[in-house]
Amino acid sequence: MNHLPLIIKREYLTKVRNKSFIIMTFVSPLIFAALIAVVAFLSQLNKDKLRTISVLDETNMFEEVFTNTEETKYTFIEGVDLETSKELVKNNENFGLLHIVKSQDSIDIVDNVRFYSDESPSLSIMSGLESTIEKKLSNVKLKINGVDLAKIEESKTRINIAQENFTGEQTSKIDNILKLAFGGAAGYLLFMFIIIYGNLIMRSVIEEKTSRIIEVIISSVKPVQLLMGKIVGTSLAGLTQFAIWLVLGSVILFVISSIFGISMAEMQTPQQEMMQQTMENPEVANELQTAFQSFFNLPLFNLVLAFLFFFIGGYLLYSSLYASVGAAVDNETDTQQFMLPIIMPLILAVYVGVFTVIDDPHGTVSTVFSFIPLTSPVVMLMRIPFGVPIWQQVLSFIILIGTFTFTVWIAAKIYRVGILMYGKKPSYKELYKWIKY
Amino acid sequence: MNNNLLVAENVSKNFGDFKALNDVSISVPKSSIFGLLGPNGAGKTTLIRIINQITMPDSGQIILDGEPLRPIDVQNIGYLPEERGLYKTMKVGEQALYLAQLKGLSKQEAKSRLKHWFDKLDIGDWWNKKIQELSKGQAQKIQFVVTVLHRPKLLIFDEPFSGFDPINANLIKDEILQLRDEGATVIFSTHRMESVEELCDHIALIHKSNKILDGKLTDVKRQYKTNTFEVGLRTENIDGLTKIIEEKYSILPATFKNLNEDLKLNIKLNDNDSSNDLLGFLTNKAEVNHFVEVIPSANDIFIQSVKSN
Repeated sequence: MNHLPLIIKREYLTKVRNKSFIIMTFVSPLIFAALIAVVAFLSQLNKDKLRTISVLDETNMFEEVFTNTEETKYTFIEGVDLETSKELVKNNENFGLLHIVKSQDSIDIVDNVRFYSDESPSLSIMSGLESTIEKKLSNVKLKINGVDLAKIEESKTRINIAQENFTGEQTSKIDNILKLAFGGAAGYLLFMFIIIYGNLIMRSVIEEKTSRIIEVIISSVKPVQLLMGKIVGTSLAGLTQFAIWLVLGSVILFVISSIFGISMAEMQTPQQEMMQQTMENPEVANELQTAFQSFFNLPLFNLVLAFLFFFIGGYLLYSSLYASVGAAVDNETDTQQFMLPIIMPLILAVYVGVFTVIDDPHGTVSTVFSFIPLTSPVVMLMRIPFGVPIWQQVLSFIILIGTFTFTVWIAAKIYRVGILMYGKKPSYKELYKWIKY
Repeated sequence: MNNNLLVAENVSKNFGDFKALNDVSISVPKSSIFGLLGPNGAGKTTLIRIINQITMPDSGQIILDGEPLRPIDVQNIGYLPEERGLYKTMKVGEQALYLAQLKGLSKQEAKSRLKHWFDKLDIGDWWNKKIQELSKGQAQKIQFVVTVLHRPKLLIFDEPFSGFDPINANLIKDEILQLRDEGATVIFSTHRMESVEELCDHIALIHKSNKILDGKLTDVKRQYKTNTFEVGLRTENIDGLTKIIEEKYSILPATFKNLNEDLKLNIKLNDNDSSNDLLGFLTNKAEVNHFVEVIPSANDIFIQSVKSN
């Protein structure tokens, strides 16, 4: 008797109708949007503040290199000593005072620059000042050594190495960034999905135990069926929630950006500014075009298919583990000791993905971890955009499915015994015994 | 054999080193109420779970209606476990429909039967309530309805009356008897011996994983009778009379309600004596105004057989 559709339907409906689930679904995007708005607002506040930095330049070399920007204004103080300048800066409520001391050797002032301020300056302010001075100094030194600065400027070249693999597919740096984004997003999505909805499954198993309905249910259906129904039903609820988040999120973002339209456009981080500058550069515009091209050059079909398979496979594997933890314990506080071995490989997978795959997608570490079943879904998803041979994908998937079958078998065993055990917190040794029953 | 709906043949089950059931065989006749008795932890629940295919036996088999138990047979069994409950946040009607469908009923069929039962038990207005809004006794009623709704051949009740007030307990008892009369076979597990006396036709007693006793309740009682008679004698000389009887029979003092302040004794028959011999002996000595054979109660049998094992 196949009751799976019935169980899936019930699990889905109870999850979706649950009040906290509904609230989560509709409030989360609002909170998220509010956060973005707040961040946008705050960064704009920050921006409106114009800093004035006074420069006491005893060498008189730097007047033309400190140019005012939107955030910082430089004023030069002349003909007074350090103490008077300090007073002056304080009285004018300037941000700080940059003191460049003259030494015997006019060029060697490296150790003779000081910055005085009330608040300690941010890293970016300091490095901005440092690089300005460094640049000027090295120019001066070059000149002294008889180097023509114009020639140096002339000899600057940009190079963009064209990449091509042996089968003739062309790639580029932008390609790689795109691939990273793809793989990273897929892996991270899977990670989040497992954590959120794995917990949901675990809780619903515990709920059946605490409400004591479990024995009634499994006198009607096989535990494996109940387990699968739970996993599938909860996943569908999860997908529904994700879809709603996606739609709501984009609507809200659209609304926000049309209300604060102009201010959003003005809200730019330094990186964005840099991006914009580079985009105005004709060469880079070309690159942008190749980026679009390379998007279509990605093994899209393979990506989508692999995403589906590994996402589902990985999710099923982990959720069967979550379910057996739920079956083994009586209440949520007891789950901690069993959660660690589940979370660890997951986190390991993300770390391997972030640190190793980016570095060398086809290196030994990445390859090995993309076969180990508990890490393979995340790591493989991150590797695939870089082109993984089909046989590797298939093999890894087969291993994954094999492991899944095994864990479901184990989980069903633990489940069958555990759901009828009340009152005591089992040890690992006991879990092992249950598997043998 | 054909008169038995359910037969357990040499069922054994171990949990690790712990022997939960040791070679237990029982036969449950059709349309009877079968009392499955035993002290706590004896193995009753394990046997019940094996019958429900929740756990598998290590050896032995279960025969239902002449055939070895199949997975589909869950539809022929209705089980009310001792550890029972319902989804707290689900509505009564929805939940009952779900559980009925799991037992193989179609949605329409389940709905019409539920309506019938809800009307019968006068609980129709609970349909849209959540379980957590009901009292424990009310939830138990729902649970009972759900157990019997699919009209199974075999009903298994584990402590069905716990949580019910006397009125509702009576109501449920009558329902159980009616189900039996309509042809259902009932396995009934309880520690309340007075309901065993009231309901059971057959009993089996499990103690420390072994079956130590089974059979028709009247047969078991016959087997456990001690040929003892409760006797009330009217006499002026109580001590003298006691002495005379004591010389011939082994006696114990007895207590029972009687209109007169008499000599009250439990007298055990001598071997090869009949009750008439005793009665004859007594009528010669005094006026007999009370003479009843002592029938062991289920409670006595339970305690006696568990202690002697």
